Amino acid sequence: MNAQTSFSSKEIQAASSDQYLNGLLKQCQGQAVALQDSETATWLQQVRDHASSSLAQSSMPTKRDEEWRFTDLSPLMQHDFQADGEASVAPSTVEGLTLPEASTTRLVFVNGVYSHQLSDVTDLPKGVYVGNLSCMSAAHTYRLQNYLAQQEGSEELFTALNTASLTDAAVIWAAPNQIVETPIHLLFLSVPGETPTLSQPRALVVAHTSASLEVIEQYTSLSESENRPNTGELPARQGELPARPYLTNAVTEIWAEENAQVTHTRVQQESQQGFHIGKSAITQSRDSRYTCNAISFGARLSRHNLDVFCHGSQSDTNLNGLTVIRGEQLSDTHSAIAYTTPHCTSDQLHKCIIDDRAHAVFNGKVFVPKAAQLTNAAQLNRNLLLSPKAHVNTKPQLQITADNVQCSHGATVSQLEADELFYLRSRGLNESDARNLLIDAFAAEMLQRIPTPSLRKTLSASLREGRGQKAEGRG
Amino acid sequence: MIRENSNVILSVRNLTAEVEGTPILNGVNLEVKAGEIHAIMGRNGSGKSTLSKVLAGHPDYKVTEGEIIFQGENILEMEPDERSLKGMFLAFQYPLEIPGVSTLDFLRVAYNSQRKQQGLEEMDAFDFEDLVEEKLELVKMDPSFLERSLNEGFSGGEKKRNEILQMALLEPALGILDETDSGLDIDALKIVANGVNQLAKPDNATVMITHYQRILNYVEPDYVHVMRDGRIVTSGGKELAQELEERGYEWIEEEAVSEVSAQ
Ligand SMILES: Nc1ncnc2c1ncn2[C@@H]1O[C@H](COP(=O)(O)OP(=O)(O)OP(=O)(O)O)[C@@H](O)[C@H]1O
Ligand SMILES: [Mg+2]
Repeated sequence: MNAQTSFSSKEIQAASSDQYLNGLLKQCQGQAVALQDSETATWLQQVRDHASSSLAQSSMPTKRDEEWRFTDLSPLMQHDFQADGEASVAPSTVEGLTLPEASTTRLVFVNGVYSHQLSDVTDLPKGVYVGNLSCMSAAHTYRLQNYLAQQEGSEELFTALNTASLTDAAVIWAAPNQIVETPIHLLFLSVPGETPTLSQPRALVVAHTSASLEVIEQYTSLSESENRPNTGELPARQGELPARPYLTNAVTEIWAEENAQVTHTRVQQESQQGFHIGKSAITQSRDSRYTCNAISFGARLSRHNLDVFCHGSQSDTNLNGLTVIRGEQLSDTHSAIAYTTPHCTSDQLHKCIIDDRAHAVFNGKVFVPKAAQLTNAAQLNRNLLLSPKAHVNTKPQLQITADNVQCSHGATVSQLEADELFYLRSRGLNESDARNLLIDAFAAEMLQRIPTPSLRKTLSASLREGRGQKAEGRG
Repeated sequence: MIRENSNVILSVRNLTAEVEGTPILNGVNLEVKAGEIHAIMGRNGSGKSTLSKVLAGHPDYKVTEGEIIFQGENILEMEPDERSLKGMFLAFQYPLEIPGVSTLDFLRVAYNSQRKQQGLEEMDAFDFEDLVEEKLELVKMDPSFLERSLNEGFSGGEKKRNEILQMALLEPALGILDETDSGLDIDALKIVANGVNQLAKPDNATVMITHYQRILNYVEPDYVHVMRDGRIVTSGGKELAQELEERGYEWIEEEAVSEVSAQ
């Protein structure tokens, strides 16, 4: 209750001059922090207040902002998103979205709100906490203060907006030396309501010294028809009813401490009317290994900010990205790797498959200051355009001031090779089978890197399904 | 083998074709009957590969005149896959590398496309693997190739053997081999030649495009044709190949020139 009061007093101060942003900010101020430990609750309230007030000086980005040059947010700003998206989802409806490999290591959030009913953490591996923030015992929460909302770059507008509304979060906490073999599945479901819904999910992953874990962060939506209680009929697929607009503004913070290993698979499959803004902020300590497999299929407009801060030598970073879009979709990936110490390595491969009038944006920054000698960083962005109207803006931005490094970057834009198609067709494959084989092959290189077999399988299937729908639509 | 009454599989009449406005084939005539093996020879750039690609339906080449009758039907309007399903097979001079497509998957999709065409059920993965392993024997390829991406990182010889493997699976009525013999060491050459011989049957035909007389020591052609400037200028029996080996192409070119000027 205390927290609630202190918050209200700040509300007046934390009004942005930007009307639209101000509207979003107001949506953040509804719920109070409810933690088991009041001291931490007070601390968290201060973090929220700080984020709110930092936004007072901000305004919504426009194409005049360097970071948003190619991504026009005006389609998003046509909607008044409301953060009251309470929705109940029957367990049977999410069955198809769960992963057998993570059947007892799953947290589910619906419109950003933790669902105890849909989550299952009944058989957690030893040495790891997986749960939501408000259920965490008082004895543990105080330790969060070094991690939660403590990553660099927290002042970025959408990150601050998420922090301003931070009441709960998914927390994964691996104790030192714990090797967690079971993948942990964070499923963020959107169930859009009558009014455009705003969800601001949050996740915190901490792998302490020499711990190792695998996390799958997945964003998807249930259309209204899919979420109907079981009537005996098969759930209708998306697209049967006109999908409703909604906005997901997600933030995930990952800490890989000394010699820890984190494998992070991030799947964005929002509906075609959804808007998705997501931040992944990763801090790596010395000798740590971090791998990101970021898959982006969904959303009318999406943006992924992927920031990796390497603080300690011999850290190893692998960033794999696959964007597959069609129709009018826009998908923007902005990644940044910042080094501060020598002897680190990174390898980044980001692929886009762009069809129809869809638009992909890739911006990959790598900062190698003087202190980061002997860095070995490779970056490649490969784009496959499937239609004459499809387009991509790609920009590697290497900023290197160290003089003894091995850094490479490149970008390619290609179409399906006429000669490859001819080769396949000369063996009897019809045009669409030949095209699909080549497109699948382009995507397979990325999908193969996902360590969870069932997820790999459903993702390749949904890729093909997406193209199938398209072919029908055309026919 | 030449037989009096066997069916005509391929009949090319006065075929002319161009690429981006440049004529490359200038009136090719060729008739191939069931049971026959033909060799087409000629210098670099004489149009041999172009002929094979035009036959297979490559979209870059525009046929400006003439016709291609294959199995009794004019196929000029057919897509490459329709031609393939009708029994045409082209072994590429430069087989393409396709990363991410496993050789086994590719072979299965190709094989099943043909089964579908024939109204047969698709063959499942297990049965298909058995079938392929049997065919692998023919070209002496290790089964480990099946797991690799199609032609990716294959040596020249391995690529050519992979083409013969595909031909063995698809059992075409007409196999056109574009320089499948070039660049091979003698062991690989023998494997390829042996594959071609085993696949040659009374009801199918083979057209071997080659630079070198060498393969003809292992695969005996019924006819040898010489191409120059986009047409077949001389045809003969297998002794023509021997003559080419000894005398080179010049005498043919001289004769062809005098023939043209005499017209
Ligand atoms: N796609 C193309 N675009 C432009 N020119 C072409 C194209 N294809 C073939 N040509 C030209 O047509 C001529 C015949 O080429 P082709 O490849 O058919 O010869 P070839 O007899 O197969 O030669 P080789 O023995 O070297 O394989 C050459 O001059 C070649 O440069
Ligand atoms: Mg050639």
